[in-house]
Amino acid sequence: MSDITKQSLSELVKNIKDKKLSSEEVTKAFINRSEKSKELNAYITEDYSSALEKAKKFDQKPNLELKLPGIPMAVKDLFCTDSIRTTAGSKILNNFVPTYESTVTQNIWNEGAILLGKLNCDEFAMGSSNETSFFGNVQNPIDKNLVPGGSSGGSASAVAGQLTPITIGTDTGGSIRQPASFTGTVGLKPTYGSCSRYGIVAFASSLDQAGPMAQNVKDCALLQEVISTYDPKDSTSIDFKRNEYSKELSKNIKGKKIGIPKEYRVDGMPQEIEELWQKGIQYAKNCGAEIVDISLPHTSYALPTYYIVAPAEASSNLARYDGVKYGFRAKGENLTDMYEKTRSEGFGAEVQRRIMIGTYVLSSGYYDAYYLKAQKVRKLIKNDFDEAYKKVDAILTPSTPSSAFKIGEKKDDPVSMYLNDIFTVPVNLAGLPGISIPAGHDAKGYPLGLQIIGKAFDEQNILNIAYAMEEKINFKNKITDWWIK
Amino acid sequence: MSKNKSEYLINRKDNQYEVVIGLEVHAQVTSESKLFSASSTKFGAEPNTQVSLVDAAFPGMLPVINEFCVKQAIKTGIGLNAKINNRSVFDRKNYFYADLPQGYQISQFKDPIVGEGKVILDMPEGQKEVGIERLHLEQDAGKSIHDLDPQNTFVDLNRSGVALMEIVSKPDLRSPDEVSAYIKKLRSIMRYLGTCDGNMQEGSLRADVNVSVRAKGSKEFGTRCEIKNVNSIKFMQMAIEYEANRQVDLIEEGKSIDQETRLFDTKKNETRSMRSKEDAHDYRYFPDPDLLPLEVSDEFINQLKTDIPELPDDKKKRFIEEFKLSPYEANILVSDIDTGKYFEEVVAKMGKNKDIKLAVNWITGELFAVLNNKNLEISQSPISAKNLAILVNLIKNGTISGKIAKTVFELMMDGDKDPQKIVEEKGLKQQSDPKALEALIDKIINDNRDKAIEYKQGKEKLFGFFVGQAMKVSGGKANPQLINEILKKKL
Repeated sequence: MSDITKQSLSELVKNIKDKKLSSEEVTKAFINRSEKSKELNAYITEDYSSALEKAKKFDQKPNLELKLPGIPMAVKDLFCTDSIRTTAGSKILNNFVPTYESTVTQNIWNEGAILLGKLNCDEFAMGSSNETSFFGNVQNPIDKNLVPGGSSGGSASAVAGQLTPITIGTDTGGSIRQPASFTGTVGLKPTYGSCSRYGIVAFASSLDQAGPMAQNVKDCALLQEVISTYDPKDSTSIDFKRNEYSKELSKNIKGKKIGIPKEYRVDGMPQEIEELWQKGIQYAKNCGAEIVDISLPHTSYALPTYYIVAPAEASSNLARYDGVKYGFRAKGENLTDMYEKTRSEGFGAEVQRRIMIGTYVLSSGYYDAYYLKAQKVRKLIKNDFDEAYKKVDAILTPSTPSSAFKIGEKKDDPVSMYLNDIFTVPVNLAGLPGISIPAGHDAKGYPLGLQIIGKAFDEQNILNIAYAMEEKINFKNKITDWWIK
Repeated sequence: MSKNKSEYLINRKDNQYEVVIGLEVHAQVTSESKLFSASSTKFGAEPNTQVSLVDAAFPGMLPVINEFCVKQAIKTGIGLNAKINNRSVFDRKNYFYADLPQGYQISQFKDPIVGEGKVILDMPEGQKEVGIERLHLEQDAGKSIHDLDPQNTFVDLNRSGVALMEIVSKPDLRSPDEVSAYIKKLRSIMRYLGTCDGNMQEGSLRADVNVSVRAKGSKEFGTRCEIKNVNSIKFMQMAIEYEANRQVDLIEEGKSIDQETRLFDTKKNETRSMRSKEDAHDYRYFPDPDLLPLEVSDEFINQLKTDIPELPDDKKKRFIEEFKLSPYEANILVSDIDTGKYFEEVVAKMGKNKDIKLAVNWITGELFAVLNNKNLEISQSPISAKNLAILVNLIKNGTISGKIAKTVFELMMDGDKDPQKIVEEKGLKQQSDPKALEALIDKIINDNRDKAIEYKQGKEKLFGFFVGQAMKVSGGKANPQLINEILKKKL
């Protein structure tokens, strides 16, 4: 089989289970393609030789009952992996090798998957274009010098470029859904508390959530089924009944009520995004869903609220990177000098910007005006969704206000960069699940995504809607392998 | 210093100043493992051997609350007659220091687990109530060691993450003696509850002391200074005395007092400025997003209430009623949970015909002296409660005299020997046979005819001489009461 890497996860699992493919063949195929794809810069750390060893070992005694039998996969470099360098895309963790495994990745290995390597991302997941990574830009397989989105840019690029059959990312304000949208792939941000945060380098604890990224909805459902477990090691993990998402996947969404929030029709939104949205509404109708106009009145406050809450938590979460215990340390005259040099040399500009914003909004005298107020607005945003869900089962919006942009295009304009997250951020603030599916192309031929937002813990429902719409949309990603010489 | 013995005032020329003190006591929760991790809290281990990934703040590590520590805090709150809050919140207190791995301390700022309560102090002039403002749970930091290397500081994270209760008093204390009584009372309550061992040498109990002064009679508070991290009652008292006098001197000189944090130098016996209010840290407190608000139901609290043992105040009341002790005696016996336990065991072992007063005297007299000398806790007493009870009974039933008892007591200390056996083996039994004693006295009178005549002529002082002789000749074993009776008859 020459085109192993073109196969979806479900196909690969079937072929391995049917013994048509060995784990070694599959692993080799993805390693070969990854090696030919260095120009994408999707990987920070490769672990190919030990991946091959594990694949051979798997083949010797294959356990075909597992959900990911001998499936190789690379993961975002925000997940701590035992004995494998974990950098969070930062110089400050350049040489950090954990002695422990994140719960989410452990769940994956427990189901038979094999680590290929660690994927590039924005530094500490702060960014929407993967340009803040200490390890350089990631190329979007869609076109040369196009950003893959962020912060899970390496993950999106690797899935779209078929360097890994599936992957996991993390999403604090859109970091799974926006890059999925930019690369023509599927990305799910689960309900807050669905996937354990244990062992994931923290950005903003009340918003961070790991999730699957894949070529299609079914693969996404299967991976979600694997990674979502209750974990007592994470106090915010929630013990609820989790579906077997892939088994329970259904295209029958007849009679489902899907809300269209008028506030998502933002000023200056490109016509093609509006058209995509209308097309999406039509697809949903074609699937038998009922369209309902709804209002989420506090939507416009979501982005400023996010850019207070997330930096505030980040400023505190990143205090541990001080050069004392692990990671990068610069020499200093005394303790304070060492701190200052370590942190100004170890953190990039965007991370420093957010630490400063976060420190400012928590400072005495400003706390009430910023942080406390943001918490109140966050509650209102959540209430908006609660109200809406009295009338509808899910909400349909565009994933992003534009398609992928060129590397460097927005690098010096943080606000314009932040605007990328305008449709995804409210979902994190409300702790809800959201999925982005590819739904069309813009005039340049770049992919565009639609976002389906669900009720808390209702991943099955949005996966089903996405699954039904996916069939109707019949999206074909235009990957030309331009980077392979 | 002042006319009224009970009042602690500082006098300067025509002015009298009152000292106002509030304490923030940091009490280490007695628990096997830390507040948010499973590492051991054992004292004295090799540096950095009791450190988990959570304690060292490795990337992606998350705190998980230790339920036992929560129970301990609630029990302590109950012991302080305080309001237990059904909902409390853990906040992050952000600051950088080498021994603070997270870059923040998890503490409770706005919503503590325990609210207002009170503690009763037994002062010589009567009881005094001290208000408790709050009690909250927080993590301890690690330890920076600066004197092992001229260039570097070493960090020991064994303490990092150990659960502390910060108990904040209202500014109700007025003298170093009250501070001493307050700390002792807190420690006593927590030891009764088993929530803090109160060991100040190991740092299980330490305090930040807030001191201000004001003209006697004034209702306004003066500007306070906070003396950080004082770890013995003696040092607290010394620090307060120094600091109060320093503040009074400033006022007398017409200067103002700066609100600041100060350190107590135990070698020079003075407080020194550490940082002013302007330099105070901005801790940027905010709710820890890694932890959900802590919710405890009334049921949970009520269940814990049933676990609360008899506390010192109640025990004191009972001792006074049940054993007819004086409040003073009762106080001494209840101040430490083990002393109370020892006393009650002695009482129980003494059986029916018991002399409780005598037992109290022996415990607070001879036994305390020995413990003090040997620097032992009563739980390590070389003499068991059972054997002390036997000794007291031997005195009570006339088998030995109080004087002989002291000799027996000394001998008992060697391996907690049974006093009964000692008396038998050494032949220390009191001589109470009237015939034998009469013979003995006859001989003494015979040998001292001249003195017997002098006595009869009215020199009554000589009676003591004959008693002494009788005791001497009998080797101290003669029953003093009988000796008295016989002597009176014979002389």
